Amino acid sequence: MKIYLNGTEAQIEIGFLDKVLVQLGYQDVTIATAINGEFVPLSLRHKTEIQAGDKLEVLAPMQGG
Amino acid sequence: MLELYGEKFSNRLLLGSAQYPSPAILADSIKASQSEIVTVSLRRESGGDLAGQAFWDIIKQFNLKVLPNTAGCYTAKEAVTTAHMAREVFATDWIKLEVIGEEDTLQPNVFDLVEAAKILVEDGFKVLPYTTDDLIVAEKLLQVGCEVLMPWGAPIGSGRGLNNPYALKTMRAHFADVPLIVDAGIGVPSHAAMAMEMGFDAVLLNTAVASAGHPALMAKAFSLAIEAGVMAFEADPIEAREMAAPSTPMMGKAFLS
Repeated sequence: MKIYLNGTEAQIEIGFLDKVLVQLGYQDVTIATAINGEFVPLSLRHKTEIQAGDKLEVLAPMQGG
Repeated sequence: MLELYGEKFSNRLLLGSAQYPSPAILADSIKASQSEIVTVSLRRESGGDLAGQAFWDIIKQFNLKVLPNTAGCYTAKEAVTTAHMAREVFATDWIKLEVIGEEDTLQPNVFDLVEAAKILVEDGFKVLPYTTDDLIVAEKLLQVGCEVLMPWGAPIGSGRGLNNPYALKTMRAHFADVPLIVDAGIGVPSHAAMAMEMGFDAVLLNTAVASAGHPALMAKAFSLAIEAGVMAFEADPIEAREMAAPSTPMMGKAFLS
């Protein structure tokens, strides 16, 4: 299934967000997620099913002013 | 002591963590600045390199107050979503709220800023808004629940210092009991000292240290300048005057002509 991960096409197996993140290489990391512009908190990742064409944003700490 | 949202800090320099030549220089600069609050941000993370995790490990080792920002957001909605994501990642309800209006000056979009601040305060955030020196906007930010204001000195990264000292002095006088932090545009330590001499509570800066030839040395210079500025304010500086006034007493001067 095709989704957009941080603006780039990615192929994933259908599933809930917590499992999809592991598929995409995010395991035991400090990140926050949004789908189609809406924040998905950590507590809801296991209940949030990814749909084809979803725009998934995965953000992490970065330098800032 | 600097008091923000009920927390006390002995250092009045809030330091940005971006643009340093290397992680080691960032760490040295934080140490040299003696800052107790460091600003951070959020960006897209690749599942391949996980670059953000390494940065976060550096910041965590200092055990400082972390102040996430919403840099790069152009709408209230974007800023609010980013703030929620930051709260989860950094485990803090403090947010440096930036809503940018346009690219040339990175001037705050004060309309969306107030709207986002209202939503975030209702959501339990402690909002530190990056704003202009406009008094009415400042009033609105306080009305929606902000307890700290961060007016710009000059456009972000410009290094121009305090572009409008009159407006900043007016703001200081009008909001005598509100913590005010000059944020952005500071170039050299004398700019920071000037802000403190005016009675501002703190200064937030990044580029002036990170892009200096020797960032850690500049961080130390800013720390000292801010300390000097605070002392000067507490010492009640003299008013400037138009004409000279002799400092050496005239009484007893010899008549020699």
